Amino acid sequence: MRAGLVRTGNILKVGLKTILRNTMRSSLTMLGIIIGVACVIAMVAVAGGASQSIQSSIASLGTNFIMIFPGAVTQSGARIFTGQSTLTPEDAAAIKPECPAVAYVSAGVRTAGQVIAGESNWGTAIYGADVDWPFIRAWNVAEGSFFTESDVKGAAKVCLLGSTVSESLFPDGDAVGHLVRIKNVPFRVLGVLDKKGGSMMGADQDDQVIAPYTTVMKRLMGTPRISLIQVAAVSPDRVQEAKEQIEALLRQRQRIPPGQDSNFMMRTQEEIASTAAQNTRTLSILLGSVAAISLLVGGIGIMNIMLVSVTERTREIGVRMAIGAKGRHILAQFLLEAVVLSVVGGAIGVLLGIAASALISELAGWPVRIGAGPVALAFGFAALVGVFFGLYPARKAARLDPIEALRYE
Amino acid sequence: MSGLLVELRAVVKTYRTGDVEVRALDRVDLGIAPGEFLAIMGPSGSGKSTLMNILGCLDRPSSGSYILDGVDVASLDADQRAGIRNAKIGFVFQSFNLLPRTSALENVELPLLYGESGLGARERLERSRAVLHRVGLDGREGHQPSQLSGGQQQRVAIARALVTEPAVLLADEPTGNLDSRTSEEILDIFRALNDGGRTVILITHDPDIARAGRRVVQIRDGRIVSDEPVAARRTSARAAALAARPASVPS
Repeated sequence: MRAGLVRTGNILKVGLKTILRNTMRSSLTMLGIIIGVACVIAMVAVAGGASQSIQSSIASLGTNFIMIFPGAVTQSGARIFTGQSTLTPEDAAAIKPECPAVAYVSAGVRTAGQVIAGESNWGTAIYGADVDWPFIRAWNVAEGSFFTESDVKGAAKVCLLGSTVSESLFPDGDAVGHLVRIKNVPFRVLGVLDKKGGSMMGADQDDQVIAPYTTVMKRLMGTPRISLIQVAAVSPDRVQEAKEQIEALLRQRQRIPPGQDSNFMMRTQEEIASTAAQNTRTLSILLGSVAAISLLVGGIGIMNIMLVSVTERTREIGVRMAIGAKGRHILAQFLLEAVVLSVVGGAIGVLLGIAASALISELAGWPVRIGAGPVALAFGFAALVGVFFGLYPARKAARLDPIEALRYE
Repeated sequence: MSGLLVELRAVVKTYRTGDVEVRALDRVDLGIAPGEFLAIMGPSGSGKSTLMNILGCLDRPSSGSYILDGVDVASLDADQRAGIRNAKIGFVFQSFNLLPRTSALENVELPLLYGESGLGARERLERSRAVLHRVGLDGREGHQPSQLSGGQQQRVAIARALVTEPAVLLADEPTGNLDSRTSEEILDIFRALNDGGRTVILITHDPDIARAGRRVVQIRDGRIVSDEPVAARRTSARAAALAARPASVPS
């Protein structure tokens, strides 16, 4: 046992000496692994950061948030998206009185158009909402005030600007009270919304104009249908209850027979979050695998150099065998060399990857998140790459015939 | 037991090159007693390299038996032969074959790293230093091969061969890459080692070098053609000078 330990130590010593003897080549070989590992860590950190920011923006929707979309109709077993909205303002209006678990409801329509103020011109999203909308989205008005129930009833030509729109059209910050023209219809600016930042899809949520949904439908779009309903349950633990109540109500209103799929979809904040999590996981895997390929290429680099090294050191191998090295000694020496190269490369790569992530976050302003998991995984994978790609050259070395090897020039 | 250190009986080695079978060794019988200084001589292609490979346990005979230091080594597998080489044979090569960019001391230590001795690092270095001292390389322990002359490199190689205290020292043209004066010094070391009881086998094509031994075996076409003691043993100029000096101070 003791002698066995001593011998293992000896082999370690032999392998390490060889690496130190070829500093230049060793470091170049490691470069492949360094870049591979750094890539994996930086990519996963970026993906992780993206996922985190998406999750937090979904969390900002509020835990009692429910969204209702028109859509999916099942006919003869096939799911068909008709494109034609099935929801009406009356559907939205029926929800609050009929569903006790619902606190706020806002019918919504979406369009896009040019917003003109004097000489300025800004293309943006136009969103039609109801008076409950600020409570559902927990989105306050920074200046001025939100439109009122009577504005909605009368389809008043009033609007609120997102902070990006306001900054573009009214750089002086005097938006409130001014008139803007949206698709040639004049609107009075009632207020400017708080800055909210990027959405979960990366879009600027402040780049939109909010107006009463009735106004948008009648004066801008000419449609009797709405494109979504946003709802807030009275409390987070009654979200499911609210969802069931709304579903029953809407099915009844749409006259959908039992057993047939609804012609609308409902998503709670939790469901949106899990879908987004799935998407970002896909992103992580995608970025991770691209980076893993570079790690693999690094591994092939190690194999290449190890093969060259075996050929170049054939005579040395012959000498070692002549003085008593067994096949496993030679195998261990070359394998160890490959593993040390990949492990040291992996360690440097980890540091470099963390530095690169910090740099990306600094320069691009992207949020990055470095978890211990990916770091350990990348490092472990690098070590594994060393074993895997070191094995073939090492076996080749171990199987050399000492006589041939000694004769090799 | 025969009392022989090396005992070859009817050793045959054949190689196949395509359809042609070449018999490199043809029923060779050879016995070497402990403490002998044997020179194996022959022109290139005579089979002397094959004989050396078999004596050095680098290769196995196609048929026949080989008993080395009481162990039947003809039937051993590659790893077992590696163990035997490590424990019982010290190789000295024509081109020194030291590891480059590795100090003399570490080169000498190398066989101990592969051995079964289980020596600690400190003992290994002590032994390596001691053999370097024996071949007259005190103060050169930290030098790398590129910083040493040919003669010094060959001394390191001899020290490396000696460090495991092998039963046989097997030298293949050890002076082939050296000038005549340095060759003389190297042969002196072998003679001194043999005088100290070490069995030495010297393989050479040069009759002059072969006369450094006490017994010369000539091989031609895979057969031993002569095997006789050296009549006029070659002594170095220095040894001659020492002999001529009045024997006053015991060394």
